[in-house]
Amino acid sequence: MGTDSSLLHTPLHTLHQDFGGKMVPFAGYAMPLQYADGIMAEHRYVREQVGLFDVSHMGQVRIRARSGNVEDAARALERLVPADIVGLKTNRQRYTQFTNTSGGILDDLMVIAQEDCLLLVVNAACKQADFAHMQDNLADCLVEPLEDRALLALQGPLAQDVLSSFDADAATMRFMDVCMLEIDGARCIVSRSGYTGEDGYEISLSAKDADRVARQLLQHQQVKLIGLGARDSLRLEAGLCLYGSDIDETTTPVEAALEWSIQKSRRTGGARAGGFPGADIILEQLEKGVTRRRVGLLPTGRAPVRHGAPLYADAALADKVGEVTSGAFGPTLEAPVAMGYVATPHAGVGTELVAELRGRGVATRVAALPLVPARFRR
Amino acid sequence: MTLYFTSEHEWLRVDGDTAVVGITQHAADELGELVFVETKSAGTQVKAGEAVAVVESVKAASDIYAPVDGEIVEGNAALADDPSTVSSDPQGAGWIVKFRLSNPAQLEGLMDAAAYAAFVG
Repeated sequence: MGTDSSLLHTPLHTLHQDFGGKMVPFAGYAMPLQYADGIMAEHRYVREQVGLFDVSHMGQVRIRARSGNVEDAARALERLVPADIVGLKTNRQRYTQFTNTSGGILDDLMVIAQEDCLLLVVNAACKQADFAHMQDNLADCLVEPLEDRALLALQGPLAQDVLSSFDADAATMRFMDVCMLEIDGARCIVSRSGYTGEDGYEISLSAKDADRVARQLLQHQQVKLIGLGARDSLRLEAGLCLYGSDIDETTTPVEAALEWSIQKSRRTGGARAGGFPGADIILEQLEKGVTRRRVGLLPTGRAPVRHGAPLYADAALADKVGEVTSGAFGPTLEAPVAMGYVATPHAGVGTELVAELRGRGVATRVAALPLVPARFRR
Repeated sequence: MTLYFTSEHEWLRVDGDTAVVGITQHAADELGELVFVETKSAGTQVKAGEAVAVVESVKAASDIYAPVDGEIVEGNAALADDPSTVSSDPQGAGWIVKFRLSNPAQLEGLMDAAAYAAFVG
C-alpha cells in the first residue's frame, strides 16, 4: 500500500519504517496502521503488557491569558466548552468538547492546567478548525499551536513499571494527573491517561527528542510499537468516542452519554452555569433527557457490524430505532463489538435489537459501556 | 488441474468443470488476520464479478468476487470456526468456495502464476 508524497510525517516516521510499520494516510499524515504482528496481536499485547503509540499527529495547543493570569485563560476557555476549567487544579487533566450553537460537538479534547497556561490536545483532523475557532473567540488569550512537539502514548498494565524506570515520579501519579518527567534527559509533560481503557501515560515532548526517547522506551523488552488499527479496536472496547464517527456536529454531549464531563458548576444552578455555545440546548437536555443515546452494542455471532449499519426494534427490519457509529471485531472479547445511537425507549442496557448486515438481521444487545472494564489507576 | 489468478487477487484451481477459489498470499497479507468469513450458500448462481463471499478483518469487510460465471457447490465450512486459516494458509486449507463453471471459456481471460507474479510486482 503506497502512501501519498503530500502526506505529513510525524517525528517518528523513520522509526515506523525501521520497525516495519504499514503506513496509511490518516488525517493528512502517513501513520502506521499496524506493524508485523498485526492488529489482533497488537491489541491483545496492550491489554496484557505495554504498547507504545505515536500520536504526534494530534494537535497540541498552548493557551495563555494576555493578563498573565491562568485563571483568566480558564474563564476564557469556558466560553467554548461545557467543562469546569476554572476548577481544574494545576497539574490535572480533564476531558471536554468544543460545542456549536446547536449543542453539537466541533471536536473533543483534553485540557491540562499548568501553573501559567492551559495545554490542549485536540484531534488531528480538527486541529486547523479548532485553532481558528480559538483565535476567533479567545481574543483575551494567546493561542499558540505547538508544532514542534511530539506525542507518545505508553499504554498497558506494565506502563508504570516501564516509565518509572526512567523517572520514579511516574509511579506517584494517579489517573489524569500531569507531571513533568525526565525521560532519557528529555523534559516531558506526562499525563496518566490514554485512549485504550488500560492504565498508561501520554507523553508530550519536543519533536527533536521524540525518536531518541521512543527508541529508549522500546529498549525495554516488554514495550512493543502498536499501530492505529489496534488503537481503534482498544478504544472501541473501552467505550471511548472517535470524533467523526461516534460524535460530530450533529450529536450533543448528552446524546453521546458524555454528561459526566459537564461538571456541576457549569449546569443549571451552578456557579458558572452555561455560557458555552449551545448551552441552552445542552442544559435543557441534562434536565429533560434526550430522544436518543449513545450505547454499547454486542452483536451475536462472529460477523462485525460496522459504522452505518441500521438498528431495528425487531427482526422484521421495519421499525428503525438507531444506527451503529463504530463497529469492529473486539480481540479481547473475541466477539463483535459496536457503539451506536438508539432511540431512548430502546436504549436500556439489555434491550434486544436487530442490526441489519448485508440484508439480514443480526440479534444485537444493548450493553453497558465500557464493553471491556477500564483499568485506570484512580 | 490448472491454477489461475485474477486481478482481484484471487486464485482458482480448476479441475474439469469445477474450481476451488481462494485469495492469494498477497491479498491475505494485505487484509491481515481474518475474524469472519461468510460464503454464499450452495446452489447460488453467480455471474463473474458478483460477490461469492465476504471476509472480515478487525478493521474492514471485503467481498470476494466470482472470477467467472457459475454455481456455488460448497463453502469452506471449517472457516466458520477458524477464519484465521485464510490468513495462515490462503492457497491451501484456507480455500473459500468450490464453484461449478458454467462458461469455462472465461478462464482464458485470467492470469497464470507467472503473469500474476508480474502483476503484483
